[in-house]
Formats: sequence, C-alpha cells, structure tokens
Amino acid sequence: MSLLRQIARGVHALVHGRQMDQDVADEVRQYRDETTAAHQRRGMTYEQAVRAATLEMGNVTTIAEQVRTSGWEHVVETALMDVRYALRRLRRSPAFTATAVATLALGIGASTAVFSAVSPILLEPLPFPHASRIVTLQDRNQQGAPMPATLGTYEELRARARSFEALACADQWKPSLMGIGTPERLVGQRVTASYFGVFGAAPMVGRAFTPADDQPGAANVVILSEGLVQRRFGGDRSLVGRAIDLDGDPYLVIGIMPRRFANVMLSAAALWTPMRERSSGDFNTRAWGHHYDLVGRLAPTATVGAASRELLDIGRTPAVAFPRPPWADLTQGLLVRPLQDTITGNVKPALLAIIGAVLLLLAIASVNVTNLLLACGAQRRPEFAMRVALGAGGGRLVRQLLIESIVLAAVGGALALAVAQLGVRALVASSPPGLPRADAIHLDARVFLFALMLTALVGLVVGVVPALGALRADVTGGLQGGARRATAARGSARHVLVVAEVALALVLLVSAGLLFRSVQRLTAVAPGFDASHVVSMQVVAAGHAFDSDTARLAFFQLALEAVRRVPGVVDAAFTSQLPLSGDVDGYGYEWQSIPRPTPGQDGSALRYAVTPGYFTTMHIPLRRGRLLGATDRPGAPEAVLINESLARRLFGNRDPIGERVRFGPEMGGARAWDYVAGVVGDVKQYSLGVNAPDAFYVASGQWWWVDNVQSLVVRASGDPAALVPAIERAVWSVNANEPIQRIATMDSFIAASAGQRRFALLTIEAFALAALLLAAVGLYGVIAGSVTERIREIGIRTALGATPREIVRGVVGRGIALTLVGAVLGLAGAFAASRLLESMLFGVSRVDPLTYGGVVALLAAVAALASWAPARRAAGVDPTIALRAE
Amino acid sequence: MGGANSENTDVIPGTLDLLILKTLSLEPLHGFGIARRIEQISRDVFKVNPGSLLTALQRLERAGWLDAEWRETPNARRARFYSLTRAGRRQLEVETADWKRRAGAVARLLNAEG
Repeated sequence: MSLLRQIARGVHALVHGRQMDQDVADEVRQYRDETTAAHQRRGMTYEQAVRAATLEMGNVTTIAEQVRTSGWEHVVETALMDVRYALRRLRRSPAFTATAVATLALGIGASTAVFSAVSPILLEPLPFPHASRIVTLQDRNQQGAPMPATLGTYEELRARARSFEALACADQWKPSLMGIGTPERLVGQRVTASYFGVFGAAPMVGRAFTPADDQPGAANVVILSEGLVQRRFGGDRSLVGRAIDLDGDPYLVIGIMPRRFANVMLSAAALWTPMRERSSGDFNTRAWGHHYDLVGRLAPTATVGAASRELLDIGRTPAVAFPRPPWADLTQGLLVRPLQDTITGNVKPALLAIIGAVLLLLAIASVNVTNLLLACGAQRRPEFAMRVALGAGGGRLVRQLLIESIVLAAVGGALALAVAQLGVRALVASSPPGLPRADAIHLDARVFLFALMLTALVGLVVGVVPALGALRADVTGGLQGGARRATAARGSARHVLVVAEVALALVLLVSAGLLFRSVQRLTAVAPGFDASHVVSMQVVAAGHAFDSDTARLAFFQLALEAVRRVPGVVDAAFTSQLPLSGDVDGYGYEWQSIPRPTPGQDGSALRYAVTPGYFTTMHIPLRRGRLLGATDRPGAPEAVLINESLARRLFGNRDPIGERVRFGPEMGGARAWDYVAGVVGDVKQYSLGVNAPDAFYVASGQWWWVDNVQSLVVRASGDPAALVPAIERAVWSVNANEPIQRIATMDSFIAASAGQRRFALLTIEAFALAALLLAAVGLYGVIAGSVTERIREIGIRTALGATPREIVRGVVGRGIALTLVGAVLGLAGAFAASRLLESMLFGVSRVDPLTYGGVVALLAAVAALASWAPARRAAGVDPTIALRAE
Repeated sequence: MGGANSENTDVIPGTLDLLILKTLSLEPLHGFGIARRIEQISRDVFKVNPGSLLTALQRLERAGWLDAEWRETPNARRARFYSLTRAGRRQLEVETADWKRRAGAVARLLNAEG
C-alpha cells in the first residue's frame, strides 16, 4: 500500500512536475515567513527578522532543492534530462554522430545477422525431444574413414546393441508421381518402421508405420509430407486412406507428416515408404551395399562414448547368426556421432570463419567508437571543467557520459536491427546449397535480445573510458585550455586503440585475401570438360511401361534423337551420372593381366553408362584408342574407356588398349572379360577441389542394366538455358508421362562446386571492406585530433622555417608509422587466424607472402590517404594565429 | 546551514521521524509549527533543520503515515498542514516502543558503569 503510494506520488511528481515544484517552494517560503514573523514577535524590526531567519535557515532555494530531489522520481528526471542533453549534443555534431552510429550499426548489425544465421545451425538443439540423444552411426572402411552402412549391419546391430532405445535405417527413394498433372520425380526415403520414433515425431494426420508395414511383401503404403500435400494435392487431408500412383503402382496414403518435422537426415524428402527389405546370406545384393543411413536414439543411461565402445565390441565378436561380407566386417567399429555434429560437420569451418570475422568487426567497431568518444572527450574538456567548477559531482558527470554512450548505442542498435534484417536475408540468399537447416534461419526474438545486450554492453564499454578521463581531468588546467599533460596520456591511449584497430583489420583482410586467392585458384581448375553452352537435366523412365531394359533403352534413344533435332542443339547425349552434380556411383574392377590385390584393397572406379555422343558433347578429350560408337551395342563385345590417370597408374607407359577387365557389381565366375577400347581425359566428379577419381565409361546398352534415370547433356550454339523448353517438349514428344528434373547449366554446377568457399569469401570480403573503412576512419580521427592538439607546435615549426612539405611528411609519416606498428601485430594475428581457415584454402598456402604483403601495402596506402587531409590542414597553419590561439 | 544558537543541538539522528509523529499525534500542524513545537517541548535542546524536516515530511507523507493539505493558518497564511493517519498512529506506537526499549538499554548500561 505504501509502495503503491510511493509510486503514485513519484509518477504524479513526474507528470505534474511544475505544480509539485511550486508546492515545495510555497511550503519553504511559508516556513521562512513564519520564522521571520516569530522573530518579529520577539521584538526585531522586519529587516532584522528577515536577516535572522535567513541566517537560521540558509538558502531557501537550496532547501527547496533538497526536498525536491529526495524522491525517487528525481533520478528519473535527471536521467531524462541527461538523455535530452545527449540527444541535443549528438544533433549538434552530426559528423561525429553519423560516424559513431554507422560504426555501431555495422558492427552490431553484422553480428546479429550472423548470430541469427549460425544459431539454428550450430547452437540450437535440433527440434526433437531429447535431441542430444539422437546419434548417427556410420561404418568405417579399412582406413577408418566413415561411409554409409549396410542393411545387414543394421539388422545385426538392432538385434545385438543395447545402447539404443531405438535404431532406424533409411535409404533414398526417388519415385515418380504419376497420374495427376505434370509427372514429377520426388525425393523420398525408404525407412524402417522405427524411423519417426527415433526423432520422437508422429504424423499430424493418419498413422505412422508399424512393423507389419515393414515386412517383405507387405502392401504399398506411403506417408506424405505436409508440404507435398499442399503443393500437389491442394492441402487435401482426406488424401489419407486413398491411393496415389508412384512409378505406376498404387500406394495407400496412411499419414501426413507435419511441416515442423525437420527431417534433417534428408531435408528434401517429401514422402516415406517402409523399407520392406531384408539382407540374406547372398552378399551380391542391394542390402549389402553401403548406402543406408543409420540413426538411433541412445538409451537414457547411454553415452556416445559407451555406445561406440559397445559397437566396437560387437564388431570384433562376430555372431554366427549374422554373417558379414569382407566390406562390412565391422572390425573398425562404427562411427557414432551426435546427429547435430553429423549434419553441421561440413559447413562448420565456413561458419566458424564467419563468426570469427564478425567478432573482429565488432571489436573494430567498438574500438572505433571509443576512439571517437575519446577524441570528442578531449575537445569537451573545458565543458567538463566548467561543470565540475559549477558543482557537478564526479558521479553525476560519469552518469551523464554513460547516458550519452547508451543513447548513442541505442540509436546505433536500432539501425543495427535494420542492418541485421538485411544481412540475414543476404546470408540466406547467398548460402551454399546444402547448408543444413537454412530454412530455420530467421531474425528471432532471442537474437533481438542478443543485439540489445550487445548494444548496452558496447555502450557501457565505450562510455566508461572518456568518463574516467573526465574525472581525472584537472579542473583548472581544463578551464585554462592548456592541460597538455593530460593530452599526452590520452593521445597515447588513442594511438594504442588505432594500432589495435589496424591490427584487427589486417587479420580480416588477410583472411579475405587468402579466401579470394583460393576461390581464384579453384575456379581456374579445369573440370576436364567444357562447361560453356552446356545444359543438363535428368530424364526419368518411370512406370511399368519401362520395366524392361529394351523399353528403357528405346525410350532414351528416341528422346535423344528428338532432342538432337531441336534447332540450336549442337550435340546431345545421355549419361548415368553427371560430373559435379553430386552423383556418385562406383563399382569394383579386376584385370586379367594384373594379379588380384589383397581383399579389402580391391580397386573401384566410378561408372559412367553413356551414349556415344557424350565425349563430343562435353568436349572430353580422347587420349588413346577410340571413343565409344554405335557399334558398341548390346550383344557386341563389351568395350570400356578408362580415364588417363588410372591408365597411367596401372599401366605406366604401356598401352592399355585391349587390356581385359571385369567391371561391375559382380566379380569372378564365368563372366566374360570386357576390353579397354580407349583412354579419355580426367574429369572432376566430386568437386573442383578434389582430384579426378578413377572412371570407367561404358555404352548405355552394354551395362548390366539400363538406368531408368539418366542425365541429358546438351551443347547449344547459343544460350543453352534458352533451349530448355524446346528440349523438354522434345522429350515429352516421345512420352508425355516422364518427369524431367534437375535442370541446370554445367556452369552453375561449377559455380556451386566452389559454393561454400565463395559464401565464406563473400561474407568475409564484406567484413574486411567494412573493417578497412572503419580503420581508415579511426586513423583519420586520431591524426586529425593530433593535428588539432599540436597546432601550436606546428605553428612554431612553421615559424622556425619548416616547409609545408616537411609538415605534411611529418603528419603522414605519423599515420603510416601507427599503421605499420598495427600491421606487425596484425600479421601475427593473421598467421594464427589462418590456421582456422586452413581447411577452406585451396592451392594457396596459409602464409602466402603475396597476400600478406599485398594487404600490408593496401593498409599503408589507406593510412597515407587517411592522414592526407589532416596533413594538408597542418601545412596550411598560419603561425601567428596558431601561436595566438593558446 | 546549521543553527545560529550554539547551545542547540541537531535532533539525534534517526529520531526525527519519531518526533514528528509524536508531535502530530497531538494536533495537525504545518512544518514551521512542528519545528517550533519540537523546540519548545525539548526546551530548545533540539534544533530542527528546515531542510531535513521538510524532506522528512515528504517522505512520511509518501509512506502513508501522514496526510497533507493546504489550509489557512490562524494568521491568514496559506500553509501545508500535516496530520497523522491511522497507519501513522500505528507507526508511532511501534517507534515509541522501539525507542523506549533502546533508551532503557542505554540507561541501564550507563547506570551499570556508573
């Protein structure tokens, strides 16, 4: 009750300030009048009485002030006054304000944007209950490198491992949706019944898979994603219970997964069907291929370490009931990792580099603002001295300065939010493909709080320094305008700050330089084919009409002929896998003339089943022998081409043409040998940064089967993208039911291959540019400030005969000297920072002298530029005026 | 700003509130009246500092122990009159008891030593 009264009276006083002041003044005056009257009653004259009352009470105004300032509202009042004063001051020095606010907005905005982007990827737990207990399991090859597991391994672990509450297995599934509208090949997963349970997720409509659904031979059922239902079926939830046509077969829709289910194992997946597959003792089957993702939920008591140990144990003690092939013998144990680590592992270096860059930029921004406030503080020393002389307490002065800083930081913070908003958008727009959880990036409330906290912190930090300086200021010295002792100390503090700023900027510039050179080197790498004027798309032969090899072969042949007739098409071909597209498809080989290597070290190579025109379309050069041709038909002796580095490694200078080889899913036995017909140039498959892998090229019709999904590559005379509609029409003229997907020019695949580095480069380049700008501003501020402070000294020098040239040289030299000191420190920092970047560098050493040297030269040039204007001003100093100014 | 009379002492720290409450328990008074009353009853031992008094009045009023209103004085001046509220009366009892307890303790200590 009394607290309420306190607040009410305080607020009343704030709102009716004038009335309250009047009341207090009246009361004090009445007190004085009564005192006077009392004295008069004792026989004093009026004048004597007034004097006595004044002597007794002291200054009436002081008393009124004392009463007025006793309430809590007074603190608010003076704070508001300080805020108003601060705003007035900031308005009066627009250049200072603009620089400081822009600096803060940039620093805080960039950090907020990056925090927003990084938080869902690296920091936030995945959106699953007890997400930290979800782990992925990967098999290891003989060298210990992780690879997908086999279905057989999954079956054994599910039966034997005790560390897991649930274990699930998933495999890619790409069915074609047919029967409604444009045929479309979808991305989905075949999963074990336990899959959704591992993530603690369930369908929003319908039911999840049961073990009965997951039996071999069970009926076709499918669960669709909310997104797919929305996109293709108008959001019709009554779809559950009805059948849809996938690859020409009816699938009963039994459930819809909500959009909020983040399927991080394969975020593109739009539908799921039960695995319905079992491994057998026959190892030459799909179930024993390394293409299954294993994911599990740890038991509440288990840890990642304990689970790894248990799996290694199981791996080393095979059970009779679970036979294993040599390529999945589990002797190396399995790699158990938290799901979060698995999905963020690839992008972590780039994101960490960006976080580092942001922290540097924020540090530079803070240093810069501190510097500005210091310089400003130096100019305001007379003002402070005046206020102290008029009775302002030290605490009051510090508080006023802090409030000024906070006002500055708040204005900067508000702008920073706008910068952050734009930054987040730019980051998402330029994010490399495959950035996990990119859809989860947004500017959220917690990030806003983060920015606010940051703002307040920066405000306090930059506020304290000049406030402390003001307290130490010598009042008389300040008033006299001399105080050179203090100037020297403050000057050196600012020099330290500028040196720090230059050092930080150099770290960023070197990082940007190294990345820039990497991307340059990377894009200069020849992919092994000529990407210009080539567009590609995947064509699918879906449905039961294409169940036979001959039907598929005929379809692709007819489609190819139709495409070749399109005007503007120079050449066209089909291939089973496309370079730099993410396709990976390899098989083992054995040579008749080379003894079989020891088990576990069998050779394997990528398989390209192509139509004969592939090499001429892609401009892949022939090195020896012949290319594939129309004669390499089904039934003819099977010809293969190999790439040149494989030929060189296996045969040296020997001619490999005619060598006999078996290549494919099955080895040995009575299978006929293929023969090497030619050698072609190396082609990058995985990425520009990875060496070209070994490759076998076979004619589409001579491979073990005819692939039902093939990539069409088309070389155009002009812009290849413009031909896409005509090419699609040509394919559909053969069969209108077949989906066409992944339409992209080869140039875009090459660009994407450098995507992650380019993303990091773009961001860090932007930061480095901002840092350079800020460093230049800081340097300019310090040099300009020192010229102002040394105006007398410069005047004396001029009077003593120094030429303007000498003065300019002196000032610019000072700027460059400061920069070089900063640069030396920065070089050490950059050297340390480059260790973090190392994994993203390509073809350039992390101590690349060209980059380091170039950056130092750039900084020195900027320093010279920044000191030039103050130097010109110094040279123009009139000695008589400068000397009189003191 | 202290008193002009060197024989006067300032009110014992911490007792001003108690003195004000006690004074007002007799009748409503304005600031000067309170000061005068305290000085009279204490036989000029205590001298009340006007600044402290007016500040204390504002504080007590905010605490809900006093009510204040502007009224005419007998000599036709407008003055702010303070009166004790019910909460103020309770507070007076509490503070009185507290003071007596402490004063008694001090007296006993002094007697024991003497």
